[in-house]
Order: sequence, then C-alpha cells, then structure tokens
Amino acid sequence: MSKKKNNIKTFFKALPKNIFSGFVVSLIALPLGLGLAMASEAPPIAGVIAAVVGGILVSLLGGSNVTIAGPGNGLVGVLLVAITTLGLESAYAAIICSGVILLVLGFLRLGKLADFFPSSAIQGMLAAIGLIILGKQFHIMLAHRIKRKDTIDYLLEIPFTINDAVHYDNTGLVFAAIAGVLSFLIMIFYSKIRNKYLQLIPAPMWIVILSIAFSYYFELVAHEKNPIALEYMISGIPEFSEIIAQLPTVNFSKIATFPFWTSVLALTLIASIESLLSIKAVDKLDPKKRRSNVNRDLKALGLATVGSGFLGGLNVVTVIARSSVNVNNGASNRSSNFFHALFLVVFIVLFSTQLQRIPLPALMAILVYTGYKLAAPENIRKIFKIGREQLIIFFVTLLVTLKVGLISGIASGVFVTFIIHIIINKSFGLFGRNLLKPNVLMYQEDRNYYVSVKHFCSFLNFYKLKSKIEAIPETEDVIVDFSLCKFVDHTVMENLNNYQELFIKRGGHFEVLGLDLHDTDSKHPFALRRLLPVPKLIKNSLTRRQKTIEELAEDYQLNYTSKKVRETHFLDNFLFFRTKKISYVYNQLIDKNKTLNTFDIEFSEGEFIAKEVIRSTMLHIKLNKNIPEFTLDQEGFLEKVYAFAGFKDIPIENHTDFSNRFYLLGEDTQAIQAFFTDDITHFFESNPYYHVESNGRDLLIFGRERLASIKEIKALYDFGKRLQQVVS
Amino acid sequence: MLPKPFKTIGIGVAFSPNLKANLYEAARLALFFECKLVIIHVGETSEEKIKILKNFLDNFKNEKLSYKILFKPGNPVDVILNASEEKNIDLLIIGAAKREKLFTYYVGSIARKITRKAKCCLLLLINPSIERVPCQHIVVNGLEDPKTEQTIATAFYIGLKLKAEKLTIVEEIKQNEIHVNVEDDKSLRKAQIIKERLRNRERSRINHIIEDIPKEYTQNIAIKSQPIFGTQGYSIGHYAQIARADLLIMNAPTKMSFWDRLFPHDIEHILTELPTDVLIIQ
Repeated sequence: MSKKKNNIKTFFKALPKNIFSGFVVSLIALPLGLGLAMASEAPPIAGVIAAVVGGILVSLLGGSNVTIAGPGNGLVGVLLVAITTLGLESAYAAIICSGVILLVLGFLRLGKLADFFPSSAIQGMLAAIGLIILGKQFHIMLAHRIKRKDTIDYLLEIPFTINDAVHYDNTGLVFAAIAGVLSFLIMIFYSKIRNKYLQLIPAPMWIVILSIAFSYYFELVAHEKNPIALEYMISGIPEFSEIIAQLPTVNFSKIATFPFWTSVLALTLIASIESLLSIKAVDKLDPKKRRSNVNRDLKALGLATVGSGFLGGLNVVTVIARSSVNVNNGASNRSSNFFHALFLVVFIVLFSTQLQRIPLPALMAILVYTGYKLAAPENIRKIFKIGREQLIIFFVTLLVTLKVGLISGIASGVFVTFIIHIIINKSFGLFGRNLLKPNVLMYQEDRNYYVSVKHFCSFLNFYKLKSKIEAIPETEDVIVDFSLCKFVDHTVMENLNNYQELFIKRGGHFEVLGLDLHDTDSKHPFALRRLLPVPKLIKNSLTRRQKTIEELAEDYQLNYTSKKVRETHFLDNFLFFRTKKISYVYNQLIDKNKTLNTFDIEFSEGEFIAKEVIRSTMLHIKLNKNIPEFTLDQEGFLEKVYAFAGFKDIPIENHTDFSNRFYLLGEDTQAIQAFFTDDITHFFESNPYYHVESNGRDLLIFGRERLASIKEIKALYDFGKRLQQVVS
Repeated sequence: MLPKPFKTIGIGVAFSPNLKANLYEAARLALFFECKLVIIHVGETSEEKIKILKNFLDNFKNEKLSYKILFKPGNPVDVILNASEEKNIDLLIIGAAKREKLFTYYVGSIARKITRKAKCCLLLLINPSIERVPCQHIVVNGLEDPKTEQTIATAFYIGLKLKAEKLTIVEEIKQNEIHVNVEDDKSLRKAQIIKERLRNRERSRINHIIEDIPKEYTQNIAIKSQPIFGTQGYSIGHYAQIARADLLIMNAPTKMSFWDRLFPHDIEHILTELPTDVLIIQ
C-alpha cells in the first residue's frame, strides 16, 4: 500500500517536468505533423490528429515510458501511394485496417517480428523513404510544384528546379522560394549554435514562429499583402469545432481489392518497424533505465491508429526525434506524451487561423531536411565501413523500393542478404539444416549468465538469441560465446553492440567471446568484428591545437595522448550524460597521480533530425573520498524556467550570494548542505563559473559546450587543481 | 550395492579402417565392467575374417577377456537386434561416422534405426581410439522422469568403473514451465523469481536421488548439479559440448511417434549432431 502511495507521490513530483517537456515536444510535433500530412497529400490537420490521438491513447495504454507517439516520417511514402491509388476516404479505411492488424500483432506478442529484417536492408529502405520525401518536397520548397510519375524522376528534376528558381519573374514565387531556403538553412544551422535560449524552442517551431511573424509584419506594420504567392500558403486548417463536427467519411468499399491490402500490409510493416526501432533506441536514453513492454505498446499504437483513422488522422507510430527531445527536456514518465497531445489541442483551438500564415515551402524545408537525414551520404559511408556486401544489400533495397515499392524493396533486401550469406559460407546446408534447431543455450554459472550459440546466427534466427538475452536483467554479467558458431552476420553484431551499450549503462556487463577465431578462419571472411567499438588510431600528424596541447603537457608535466578512446565508462554515472551518447574522448591530459584528467570529448544529444553532435573540453577529477551527488550550475533565466517546471534549487544557509548566483541540484538535500561548507562555498563564489558535477566519487567540470582554447584549458586545469585541494 | 547393470556387451563390426579402434574400445569396456563381449558381424563367415578379429583381440589375452564372435548374413538392423536379444546383450556399442569437413558427428541410417528399436542400452562412440583416452567428465540428464533415477545410478556406477573425476547432473527445465513472457521489468522480475524457485525444486529433487545411491559410488567423484533452461534433449547435448564432457548419459525416449521424427526433438537432435560419446540407458 505504502509503495503505491509512494508511486503516486513521485508521479506528482515529476509532473511539472513532464508537462514542460511535453510542451517542448508539442512545439516540434505541430510543424512536423502538418508537414508530414501534407507530404503524404492528406489534409494538414491529419498529422496533428494522429499526434493527439496517439499521445493520449499511447500514454494511457502503452508499455513504454518516455516515447512520443504521432505521425511518422517512414510512413510518408506508403501513405502517399495509398492516398493516390485508393483516394483519401479509402486510405482512411486502410489506416484503420492496419491499426487492427497492429493490435492483433500486439496480442499475439509478435513484437519480435521486426527482428527478422537484416539491418542493412532496413537502412536501405529508410534511405529510400528519405529520397521519396526529399525528391517530392524539394520542388515545393523552391515553389516549383511539379507532377511526375516516378520517384526517380522527381530526383532527376532537382537541378532543373534550382535553375528555374534562380530565374523566377513572379515575386510571389521568389518570396516563397526564399522562405523555403531560409527555413532549410535554419534546420541545418540550428544544431550548430549552442545558445540555451535559442535551443529552448526547437528549430521547426522557429520556422513557424518566424514565418507567422513575417506575415503579421506585412499585415500590421507595412500594411501590404503577404508577398508570398497565395497558392504556396497552407490552406485548409479547420477550426477545432469543425474537426469534431465534420468527421471524414471512411470508405470501406475497396476492401476486397488487391491494392487496398498491399497498402494495408505496407502501412503495418513500416509502422511496426519504425515503432519498434524507435522504442529500442529510446530505451537506451531512458534516464530511469526501464525496459519497455513492446507488445503492449504495439497494442496501444494499433488502437490509436484505428481511432486516428476514424477521426481523419494518419497512422500513429513511435517517433524517434520527438522522443529524444522529450528525454532531453527532462521527461520521466508517460504523462509527457499525454501533455504533448494536450498542448497540440490547445494550439489548434487557439491558433488554427494563425497556422494558415505559414508558407508551404517553409514547412516543406523541414521535411526536405528530414529526408536528407534519412538518406544522408554519411549513412552510406557507415555501411561501407562495415563491409562491401552490406552496401550491395543497401543499394538493392534502396533501388527496388524506389522503382517498385516498399514491400518488394524490403523483400528483395531480405532475399539478397540471404543469398550473400550463402555465397560467403559457400553452403546452403549450414542454414537449411540448422534453421529450426534450438541453437542457443543459456545457463547460469556461479555469478554470471553464459550464453552459447551454435551453428550460425543471422537475422534469420536472431530472435532465439534475443529472447534468451532479454530474459537476463541488465544489471547482471553476461557472456555470449560464439566459438561453436560458424557464421555471425552484421545484423546480429549490431544488435549485440546495442545490448552491450545497454548493459553497461545499467551497471551490468556484456561480453562477446569466441570471435577471434573467425577473423583468421578463411571460411569466414565476414570480418564483422569491425563493428564492435575498437579504439581507432587518430592520424599520425597532429593538428596545431594538439601540438600546443603537447607543449602544455610538457610544461605542466602531464601525460598527453591524442588517441580517440571509446572506453568512457568513467563518465557513465554522471547525470549530465544520462540522456546523452558519448562517442569518444581524445586529447587526454593526465597528471602523474592519475587523478586529474583533462580531455576533449565528442557526444551527441537527441536522435535523428533532433540530433546534435557536440564537442567539448572537460576535466575529470578522481577523489579519494565519497561526497554527495550534486550538480552545480550558473543561475540564469533558463534555470528559473526549469525551477518553475519542478527542478528544485537547494539553498545554502548564510550564503545568499552563492544561492542567488548558483543553481544547486541533488537528491540528498541534507548531505549536500552539509558538504557545502564555508570554504567550498567561498571557493565557488570567488572563482569563474563552471558546470561542476559529482557522481559520489568523482567530479566532472566543464565550461561551455564547445572545445576549449589552450588558455581555457589552463584555466580549467588550475580551477580543478584548486577545487581538488579545497574538497579533500 | 547396486546390481551390476551390464553383463554382456555387444558390438556390431564391419571390416572398415575403424575396426581396430572399435574393437579396442569395446574390449576395454568389457574389462572395466567385467562383462562378456559379443562381436556381431553381418555377413558370411570366413577364415580370414576370424583371423583378423582374433589377431586384434589377442592383445587382451592377458586380462582374460571372454568374447564370442557371431557371423550372420541378412539385413543389418534385424541381425544386430535379433542377436542382441538372443545373447542377452545389455549394452550395444555403435560407432558413429564422422561427417567430412564439417567436423560434426552423426549416426548413420543403420545405426539410427537400431537406436530407435533397440531394447538394451546403447553407446554411441564418436571417436574410437586404440590408446585409451581417459573419461574424466560425465554429464547425465536429471529429467523429471521415472527412468531418471536408474539412469543417474548407472552413471555413478560407470563413473566409478571408469574412474571419472567429475559428474554433472543437468536438469533441463522446459520453457513452458516458466509460463511468464518477459516483456518489461515487472514480468522479468516475476520470471526471475519463478526460475529461482524451479532451480531450487530441481536441485532438491536431484539431491534426493543422490542420497538414495550408496556412498561408495558417490564419495570419490565431484558432483555438480546444473539447471539449464532450454529445449529438452537438445540443450543437454549443447551443454555437454561446452562443458567438454567425455560421456553423455541419457534416458531413452519414452515414445516415438511419426510426428517425433518429422519434427525432431529429444534424442533425435542428439543423433544428428553427437556432441561426445553418448550412452542411452533403457
């Protein structure tokens, strides 16, 4: 009983934070919802309806914790086909049917279905979807609406559209194109600017706000007509009352036709793949380290899709970009998803007329950026690094998806992968004979779990290994032994790598054994060990900055290593990194006692279009005693906003100056107050500002979220050294 | 004192390159278990054949090996099965073939048919050798089955006779006994608790079985009990392979229907990929 009460208490305590992050997410969900719906040639409001229905139903019934549900980018391509071939009313029927299938899949516990697709094929399919979005919307972004039959034609037309856009005579079109290009630039450069006030509002919302402000400027200040051509403005956003009053007619008359069911199948396939991949990725970011109930989430998503279809909305899926924004803004439970939906309703009720002031090219710029991110050359380079054969799989899937369709695309990807595996092993029997055998054995040795895999392990039978690994708590030690296994494919290696990260993040240990032989084995040219994080040597020539750091190291008698090191577990317990992914640390400066370590670090925040890669310089101090966990930061406007959202500042008695200027956070208020003695408080008061964080044993200190200059490194080092003396 | 489980050992031989090794293994076992050895050859008698066999077996003359050679033409399966019934053979040794290149052992079609029909205990040898390879580690199944008690007792007898150092009793716990699907933290915790309970239950069951076995069989051997969660019959073979067991001892399957052969399980899996020498106790 008391446990339940406690749950309710923590829920209410976390509520303000969740409302806040729900608000931030709704800012990005609104423009994305409108854009995704328009890109699928559905009425713009359909995307918002999907987000609202999804947000409410999935937050109430779902099984994941910090995910956001709404219209997904992966579905644009399929919905486009469904709507153009079936018509809007029948497309709603197809959406409803796919929702029902998702619901059934959830009840049958078929959440593991997505495991049967090789990851390079999924990558190829996503890239194809990206190209479909990019190819179609690029022309609208430059105010040049065209209609072609084939997706590839749209892509080939891009240079002509650019040429046309440069030579527009019509000022309306020129302004429309400028709005598009400016919005695109905002999307690109937003993540490069680290300003916390700017970052409070997501890039898509900046585009919306700026374009609405632009339109009001012409109306109220310049008293002119909006210079952007009228046909390139968003139209058809109904009032809230209209949405309720005029439910769309759903037409089930085509239910007996073949195209209807291919659409349903494609919708279900993409919806489930996108959702399952997102849930997996978000689980890794969850600050409370919980495990999502995938099947329950599928049920909720299916139900939400049915509801959304009847109300005139699109498919509801779990979306990665919005979920990562959600986590980064301090969400801790499902209520943020609910509030994101609620805020969307508020926006539509209050601002539905204002939304019509957004130029279409501006909105489509967001989608072009999304499409570009899905099909970015960077992804291709990554796949090429894994192996040439993966590139074949990738491109076959990509081309077939573009030329024929999504289902044929993914099917051809699976087929090609299988053929390649047979060729590599020069044996069909290995797969044919052993496919149905229970090839995974797990048992508990004294303290750790031992998993042995026999024969082969590829996307075909990975679910067997997965179900065994899933049954192990992430806090335990696991050894996966492949020494009896003749072939392990890329999909498995990638998934194992994910498990490895997950286990390490949650305090467990995950080791893969027995692959050393495979590299030297001539029968096994699939050198997939490349995928496991192996420290890579940086190029031998040092940059000027690195040379100066080298000199500094000599001067201060420190050890300098420029190598990129991917073993960053000493940073795992810091609150700051809980929702961030560390890529590597480099340029390390370590003192003789190995207690002070200054280093450059690359980490990323968010996923997909909300992803920001940040490089920064930090100082890590090992203490020889235990201190309370806390976070100390400069007090500013944003912290006041955060405080409003439920983050509580801990006051230190008799030091009002300190309390006013610094923002101190932590769980154990009493211990922290006891720890901040006069000496320590005075030290912070009289020195420059740094972000200081303790994880109980170590301290992490950094200034800004960018690389430090040599002078700043010296200052940081000096600060750390003196802080170490004061603390210990 | 347990009754002596084996009195007569039988072996079917063909005049193949493996003959010498097979004969040597069989003769050694007959000496260890103090049994008679019956050598069965499917085919006509000839002076030459008898000479070859005698030549090999003469090496065991000093140890007073008592053996008998039987020649009978006909269908190999029927001949061997009939002969083993006639001569009261209670342990039949079958050599397994080695699949080229793949380094996996399997039981050929004749041996497989014998395995299915035989009423006596069966020993499948994967790697017969002329020199004795000591048997150090024995793995035995601890299934919840009326036959298990007898199987484990026999395993201890063999362990004593072969001077094995370690005996592992493997309890295979079926997936459906857990009846909780792990989906999230809550169901995971539940499954963990159920597993722990099953493990304890199995352990105490095995301990009861061991207590009933006379002390002299159990005192000189290290006993380990290992619960594993996996497909019955298959996982134990996998375990024996990992644990580098020298001998795997199992119950004979209770029934064998048409479906069992179509969807192989239990012993059939073991037969397709022998992890080590396997002894099937009837």
